[in-house]
Amino acid sequence: MKPGVGSCGETNPQPEGCRSMLEICHVNKSFGGIMALLDVSFKVERGAITAMIGPNGAGKTTLLNVISGIYLPNDGDIFFEGRRISGFRPHRVSAFGITRTFQHLQVFHNMSVLENVMVGCHSDTSSGFLACLVRTPKVWDEEREVRKKASEMLNFVNLSHRQDQPTSYLPCGDQKRLELARALASRPRMILLDEPVSGLNSLETEEMAALILKVKALGTTVLLVEHDMNLVMRIADAIVVLNYGEKIAEGPPAEIQNNEKVITAYLGDD
Amino acid sequence: MGLKGFRKNRNALHLFMLIAVLTVLPCVVKSGYHLLVLNLIGLNTMIVVGLNLLIGYAGQISMGHAVFFGLGAYISAIVTTNVTGAAWLPVWFPQWVVPWVVTFAAMVCTGAVAYLTGIPTLKLKGNYLVMATLGLNIIFEIVLVEWDTMTGGANGMTGIPHLSVGRFAFNSDLRFYCLVWGATVLTLIVSLSLVSSRVGRALKAIHGGETAASTLGIDTQAYKVKVFVLSAMYASLAGSLYAHYLTVITPKSCDILYSIQMVIMVIVGGLGGVWGSLFGAALLTLLSEFLHIVEKFNVVALGLILMLVMIFFPEGLLPGIRRLIGKTREPTLALGPFMDSDPLR
Amino acid sequence: MTLLDKLSQFFFSGLTTGSIYAIIAIGFGVVHNASGIMNLLQCEFVTLGGMITVTLYSFVGIPLPVSIPLSIITVTLIGALFERSAIRTARSQQIIVLIFITIGASIFVRGLALTVWGSDPFVLPPFSGNRPIHILNATIVPQNLWVLSVTILVVVTLYFFFKKSLTGKAMRAASCNRQAAALSGISVNRMVLLSFAMSGGLGAVAGIIIAPITTTSYDVGFMLGLKGFSAAVLGGYGSMPGAVLGGLLLGVTESLATGIVSSAYKNAVAFIILLLVLFIRPSGLLGEPVAERV
Repeated sequence: MKPGVGSCGETNPQPEGCRSMLEICHVNKSFGGIMALLDVSFKVERGAITAMIGPNGAGKTTLLNVISGIYLPNDGDIFFEGRRISGFRPHRVSAFGITRTFQHLQVFHNMSVLENVMVGCHSDTSSGFLACLVRTPKVWDEEREVRKKASEMLNFVNLSHRQDQPTSYLPCGDQKRLELARALASRPRMILLDEPVSGLNSLETEEMAALILKVKALGTTVLLVEHDMNLVMRIADAIVVLNYGEKIAEGPPAEIQNNEKVITAYLGDD
Repeated sequence: MGLKGFRKNRNALHLFMLIAVLTVLPCVVKSGYHLLVLNLIGLNTMIVVGLNLLIGYAGQISMGHAVFFGLGAYISAIVTTNVTGAAWLPVWFPQWVVPWVVTFAAMVCTGAVAYLTGIPTLKLKGNYLVMATLGLNIIFEIVLVEWDTMTGGANGMTGIPHLSVGRFAFNSDLRFYCLVWGATVLTLIVSLSLVSSRVGRALKAIHGGETAASTLGIDTQAYKVKVFVLSAMYASLAGSLYAHYLTVITPKSCDILYSIQMVIMVIVGGLGGVWGSLFGAALLTLLSEFLHIVEKFNVVALGLILMLVMIFFPEGLLPGIRRLIGKTREPTLALGPFMDSDPLR
Repeated sequence: MTLLDKLSQFFFSGLTTGSIYAIIAIGFGVVHNASGIMNLLQCEFVTLGGMITVTLYSFVGIPLPVSIPLSIITVTLIGALFERSAIRTARSQQIIVLIFITIGASIFVRGLALTVWGSDPFVLPPFSGNRPIHILNATIVPQNLWVLSVTILVVVTLYFFFKKSLTGKAMRAASCNRQAAALSGISVNRMVLLSFAMSGGLGAVAGIIIAPITTTSYDVGFMLGLKGFSAAVLGGYGSMPGAVLGGLLLGVTESLATGIVSSAYKNAVAFIILLLVLFIRPSGLLGEPVAERV
């Protein structure tokens, strides 16, 4: 993979006071003959909510998948806090402090609500097979810790009342919040949200919007993919627009709203 | 205390009940044959608990676990028959220690074999994983039969020494009963511990959604291999104990049919349940012995059971029955997430 | 016999067994393409083909030209019946559950076969005599030619079926994209049923044509079937040219390995190849390399 060209990722690690948390540098991704992402570059600022929008098939979820390591980019680099994270598989990427939610819910249906969130704490703990077989004191301590953190996180997303229920009891909106709680359990530095309000009614959308702002208040950087323009315009600090795998605009919401290319992309040429 | 606390207590309760029953049983059951069956149930439980961790928790299906059982049995058999009374063994070295050391060494060797075969095999998905493990089992059987200078060929090996501690030999059904069930209870305890810990949750997460699990920091490939190795070691232990108990081992004891039987025991008992493994092992072993009278029917019944359970109770027989009688609210666990037909992902 | 003669001999015997593997591999592929299921009952279809023919011919006294088609039809119907009863009614339609149903059925049928026919091998007479034919330094019997020509016939027929006939095209559509096919008016369920029926027929044909050469018994299909699966994987699981290539390659390799290296580990060859393919290039020789799922 070629190192980033131009202003991408030149400083490594980031000097103090530098604001960008995540840098996407000239990322290309193709599947067979289909170019899903074409020379995409942009920066995500620390502590801000950045939204990726674009028509269906623009490559937004693909980019999230590349960032989280599920897909490997064909070309280009991704830097997180100055360190290259492209080329690592998901479990290594999460070690950098990045977690995510999924567009099509990936709640673990073979566990209770609380256990789902407890899995989220996996990277904070370290007992291995042997220790868990024998149940060392460290394991006992970790279990207690993890339970506590998970409970707190469920509280944060207002799901405490469903703590011990099987996940199949939860309506869609609650499952989305569960996934969020699970992703937040390890106190990540950045969280990727893939269409967090798709399939939710207006009340649930409001609640989710408030939650995302709460996440921002925690200090976590948010990169989200969404179709709901209202939501995006309201809570996003910066917007990146993709179309047919290419970035066509980047900037604050006010700018994007009036951007001709964006309007054309969504509404067509005439 | 919440559900978790209650469940922990329930486990302790089950354990206590089991130990109570186990203590009483030999007083009631006098016949050597019945004790034999109970011992077989114990050994099968050991294997099935391990296999359940692999299939029920991590969601990886192995149709070749008889290989690990066979490795344990054959390594124990070959080494102990050659070493016992060997000239090079120093006079002061107590003979009785040898089988124990070999049993442990066999577990390690089997674990190593599982590690080496597990790494490439566990990258495969669903159907392909099943066929690869099946293929391994078949190759193993062929090697056992053909390499007869080492393994005794189709007739197997005899004259395997009993396990003993000093002068006390585990050479009767009753004595072995204590040994086997002691080991089995220990296996149950450590497995219960594993299951309600971080590792157990990680395994369940792999089954529940592998991609999501990996984004949460779980190295799915490493976990799959580790649980594969662990379950192989359980099977190896059972195999070694089996060899020292019956003092005879043949290739037929580790053929594909046994592998499939193990999987049926997991399925019947309910995937992902440590106690379900005991139930499944007990039920199938009893059934097997009952039908052993006419060997042909054993196979027919086995196939029919597998078919019917998979058609009507795909989450497992025990959970299925519990669902029918409305006893459970717990989420049901199917045999596997929807598998693509692609061998990789 | 010179080395060249031996090689020639092994080659032809390998072609024969390879043809059987090819037909069985096609059977696996058809079901897989239509439904994603790995149908392990295929093994028993092979057994049943030979055994039913033997029963009809030797015990009931029906002449071969009638008992063979009867047997094929019976096994085809069994395949269809199995799909209807066991597969269709299963509470969970997850692939892995269905595969286990086929495994259960396979064990069940094999047990039944043992009960009904016992474990002795049975013989079918060769279709057109036993006079040895000399070809390219090898000696073969007419039955070898029967195997080869029936295989060619099967492959050609299936080729035209899938390429030209409406039903065949419908099956290909259903295997490409179930939803689109269903929206086009194709009954996907019926395609799956048809695929199981075809797998039955193909298995039966394989079992029948090889029976005069290798005898048939209650478990002959087990090894043949699993090796047929290996051949399918080798050639590219789900690909018909792959199945043929895989089958022939496997047959010849196995034969050469047996003759030149050792006959003891003969049966292991197919499975070693299976493992190698799965570990190194799971898509097989002619299958497309698996692209990452979008």
